[in-house]
Amino acid sequence: MIKAHRLIIRLQEVTRIYQVGVERIHALNGINLQLRENEYVAVMGPSGSGKSTLMNVLGCLDRASSGCYELDGQDTTSMSDAALARVRNERIGFVFQTFELLGQLNALKNVEMPLIYSPDGWQSRRKRAQAVLERVGLADRVKHKPNQLSGGEKQRVAIARALVGNPSILLADEPTGNLDSTTSEGILELFDRLHQEGQTIIIVTHEEHVARHAKRIIRLRDGRIYSDLARDHDPAYKNAKNGGSQELA
Amino acid sequence: MIALIRTATAFFRLFYQSVYLALGQIWTNKTRSILTAIGIVIGVAAVTAVIAALTGLKAAILTQVESFGTNTIFVFPTRPEKGPMRHASWWTIRFLPEHFDGLLEHCPSVERLSRIAGTGRYTIHYREKSVEYVEVMGIEAAYHEILSRPVALGRTFSVIDDMQVRPVCLIDPKLRDELHLDRDCIGQSIRIGHHAFRIVGVIERRPELESGESGQEHYEVFIPFKTTFKMGKPWIAAFAASKSAEVVEEAEAEIRFFLRRTRNIRPGEPDTFRVESVKRFLETINKIALVVTLVAGGIVGISLLVGGVGIMNIMLVSVSERTREIGLRKAVGAKKSAILTQFLIEAVVLCLIGGLVGVGIGQCLTLVICGLSPILEMTFIPAWAIGLSFGFAGCVGMFFGMFPAFKAARLDPIEALRHE
Repeated sequence: MIKAHRLIIRLQEVTRIYQVGVERIHALNGINLQLRENEYVAVMGPSGSGKSTLMNVLGCLDRASSGCYELDGQDTTSMSDAALARVRNERIGFVFQTFELLGQLNALKNVEMPLIYSPDGWQSRRKRAQAVLERVGLADRVKHKPNQLSGGEKQRVAIARALVGNPSILLADEPTGNLDSTTSEGILELFDRLHQEGQTIIIVTHEEHVARHAKRIIRLRDGRIYSDLARDHDPAYKNAKNGGSQELA
Repeated sequence: MIALIRTATAFFRLFYQSVYLALGQIWTNKTRSILTAIGIVIGVAAVTAVIAALTGLKAAILTQVESFGTNTIFVFPTRPEKGPMRHASWWTIRFLPEHFDGLLEHCPSVERLSRIAGTGRYTIHYREKSVEYVEVMGIEAAYHEILSRPVALGRTFSVIDDMQVRPVCLIDPKLRDELHLDRDCIGQSIRIGHHAFRIVGVIERRPELESGESGQEHYEVFIPFKTTFKMGKPWIAAFAASKSAEVVEEAEAEIRFFLRRTRNIRPGEPDTFRVESVKRFLETINKIALVVTLVAGGIVGISLLVGGVGIMNIMLVSVSERTREIGLRKAVGAKKSAILTQFLIEAVVLCLIGGLVGVGIGQCLTLVICGLSPILEMTFIPAWAIGLSFGFAGCVGMFFGMFPAFKAARLDPIEALRHE
């Protein structure tokens, strides 16, 4: 494990309960989790295991029903909607499976978008967007609109948009789910590079080959963490290394 | 202080960014935006054109009325609205010539007085020529001064003409030409009905008759006041002029007081006549114009409201179409207020653009109205009407954009991003 890095995320006994009619569904049921700077984590689990809910809570899109979530040393549990919006703007970068680019805006404008809502980024937004597009390797696609870009390029624009605000964590939800395998590899290599540059990354995925790029794999089932291991100790990874391709039960 | 500047900057940024986003959105959905704003366009075009037409009409009436002079007072019999005289016959409440005797001495604010007597319309003959339906009116010498209609040729009626009930007349130049009288027709004799009259002068025509917009020519012949009683039983009224435009109201009050006495109206009983100044008449016209403007404004306001409902409808469609976009914007850190402002300003900008186009079309309509009739040639859109309709369009956008904008701002980002 990486040592002496700053603690970025601390979840303590976090639950998220949905009320569906008279039934109470525990989407998250007592999650304890700590993440340090520059970690590269994959969150895995079958559908309904609570990984989307965990991502929403980590991304401050959703609030825990109980428990405590500290991000960068700040307790977010009792924050107002406006304060949470600011946290999302400054500390979190989202990457979605379906890219979520705005069709009528070109790549540069799409990347600029989060800075529009930031008090500090407004002035320098063009320069910063340009720089981050170069970082993801799209310097020559700046003026292109999403419909003129390939799937991989779209996802790179989306990653640039997530990075433009210098977030504490990059949250990617199935980032390669809509891409073919070659393009996927390209995107995952980009994640590897960002990790090497010091970015903290959380990838939510159900694909083992995606998770293998991470350094730490967290597996969820029924709203609980049932395995949280460094990649090299993860059973699925070990199997793969030994030439097997069987999925974890 | 720094905090204040920061807040102001943040507000300005939010505003600028919203306008920027709104214009982009409107430009992207051009066809839909045009269809949406068309209600506003028609509303604003109608309101500006209607107000312009009314302004033109009013200006036309006022110029005609003002040619009388603002110190002119008209006195005429009328049935009161209440009291026993309410159903009195016109004959009972008619003026008698002696009602006005001594008026000038008793009314210090009144400078001139001319009784007038109408006997109706006559056919005028000169040799073989004749003109039908000519208005024949008995006047006194002050008439020319009060109504600014001097005698261009010849003389006015003298006291002797009046006292001796002489068959003399003043004629209007158009009628002179129509009857093929000499240009200097003084001393020539014409026949009014069955009576022969000698022409002593040519009177200037009423200015508003010059344009001749009524189609049929209107001719006038004037005879001495007392001479009318030879022709039949005339109706009597009077024109007066106050010493200045400032004392018109005093003059009216004095005349009213004087006539109540000479007509034996007991205290508490309503007047059986009216004393009306041009000033008062102008006020009445202004009042009527205001009412018409308000009614037209109300109707047009309703059409703007209908336009507003269209705006709301389209904004709701837009919000539901762009649910994912809203979710994304919230995910990357847009606050509720930012989303609210974005959609609100989109609605307002749409309405204001509609208002702008509407004012343009209204201007074109105004030009068309100008060409319709010479009465309306003073038609123009007053600045306040442009401001009003523009402001109203903005308010409509604000009001009807509110609900869709709130709906957008309240969306849950997770739900919104999941929306198909």
